[in-house]
Amino acid sequence: MNLEVLAGCLASGACVVTQISSGLIVGMLLFLVASGLSLIFGVLGIVNFAHGAFYMAGAYFALLAYEQTASFTAALAFGALAAGVIGVAFERFIMSRVYGHDVLMQLLVCYAAILIFDDLVKILFGADYKLMGMPDAFATAPIQIAGGFVPSYYIFMLVMALAAGLGLWLGINKTRIGKIIRALAINPQMVGALGINTKLLYAGVFGLGCVLAGLAGALAAPVRSLTPGMGLSVLIESFIVTVIGGMGSIPGALVAALLIGLTRSFGAIGFPLFVDGLMFGLMALVLVVRPSGLLGAKAS
Amino acid sequence: MDTPILEMRGANVFYGASQILFGVNLAVQRGQTMALLGRNGAGKSTTFKAIAGIAPPRGGQVLLSGHPVSGQAPYLVARAGIGYVPEDRQVFPEHTVDDNLIVAAKRGPRGDRHWTTERIYEVFPILAGMRNRMAGRLSGGEQQMLTIARTLMGNPDILLLDEPSEGLAPIVVRAIGDLIRQLRDMGVTILIAEQNMHFCLGIATHATVIDKGQVVYSATIDELRGNDAIMQRYLAV
Repeated sequence: MNLEVLAGCLASGACVVTQISSGLIVGMLLFLVASGLSLIFGVLGIVNFAHGAFYMAGAYFALLAYEQTASFTAALAFGALAAGVIGVAFERFIMSRVYGHDVLMQLLVCYAAILIFDDLVKILFGADYKLMGMPDAFATAPIQIAGGFVPSYYIFMLVMALAAGLGLWLGINKTRIGKIIRALAINPQMVGALGINTKLLYAGVFGLGCVLAGLAGALAAPVRSLTPGMGLSVLIESFIVTVIGGMGSIPGALVAALLIGLTRSFGAIGFPLFVDGLMFGLMALVLVVRPSGLLGAKAS
Repeated sequence: MDTPILEMRGANVFYGASQILFGVNLAVQRGQTMALLGRNGAGKSTTFKAIAGIAPPRGGQVLLSGHPVSGQAPYLVARAGIGYVPEDRQVFPEHTVDDNLIVAAKRGPRGDRHWTTERIYEVFPILAGMRNRMAGRLSGGEQQMLTIARTLMGNPDILLLDEPSEGLAPIVVRAIGDLIRQLRDMGVTILIAEQNMHFCLGIATHATVIDKGQVVYSATIDELRGNDAIMQRYLAV
């Protein structure tokens, strides 16, 4: 424990700003991945244990597009879209065959998919670390806030993630297709009897969840090194986020992701050897106090 | 006679190994209100599920205006013009009344859009007063009206009502009956499954009686009313 260092940081505006901004960035990436996970669980009732693979796919395909076009906008779009397309194919050809099966079967299928996706990345992109580097538009001097320095790209990531989250929330609650998706989550047979193609909708929702993971991966590409297997740690942390926030709740995912992000960044100063322990401790605490998560629907 | 809007020919339906329907024949002409009568367990709900594509018949056919729809997925059967209202009032409880209707909005099989939310609220004034209320907070009778209204939003050629009076207080049953009569008089073709014969006698134009998975009688409602033997044998409680 380094409580004096933590106290020192909290007393310094610059350190607080730096830690908050890095906590926000971690939190926002987790939020995007976890909201996709939560969306898929909320509507399809299955846990996509392979969700981290779509984060990885987003990062690698963004890198590919960036190398080809040198446009970061194209990289973001291509990364997110590629993850979505792979997600729809994965749902149609593989996951839809294990709906209604034992959760252990779904876990096995997803685990196999993770290993296959990781190997595919090795074949297509190589097993070594890859770096995208900061796009030119963001290669500027960091912005100074209260004595701390925040890279301009961090602001961009924050805005993008919040915009995606807001768009998702509005789409689900205010649009007709969103209302149909919410109805699908509650009574799929009735939705089908009203003339709506539920299979197509399931695939679409799964794909949208994967787009969110892919967007997170593409956004992470300039600030993270890309490696086969990069999805796994993100997957585990997003699980913690969905459990804390409440399975199926998008606002819950946001709150929990920020909580985990800040726990990580400040925990790294005060408890450098116990950061993971802090996250899991937080999850255990929430599970004891509110088993359905902070904003999850109460189990009936 | 014209081609019936809905016709079932020799439908055999199984749940697993046990057969529930045995060669059921049924025909509903445009503008008719056909009552499908029978005791609990006679096969009324199964007949509806067979028509709606939820329990597809293993033998026989379901024809909609002469075109076979049996074997198609339930959503395609619905798009072809079957408006199935299941029993148990399956509203979307956490959607508002308005949103329940919006979810179900679609064009009819010939592209027509006769039923809109405005039109629904004219015919269902009770629902108009609670557009923004959560459907789960409506009374049983209001939920029943909402499920009928919701299915109408899909502009079906025929409305299938499964036990609309079930579990409702007598005064509410009367209100539902008035509503169905109103729809009948507007020209909506209706097939209604009921255990409550007296409810149907005042609503339907025609009746088919089903017992142990087989059709045992089919006639106009007036003929049924005059046939004490059938009423006693299959319908008396």
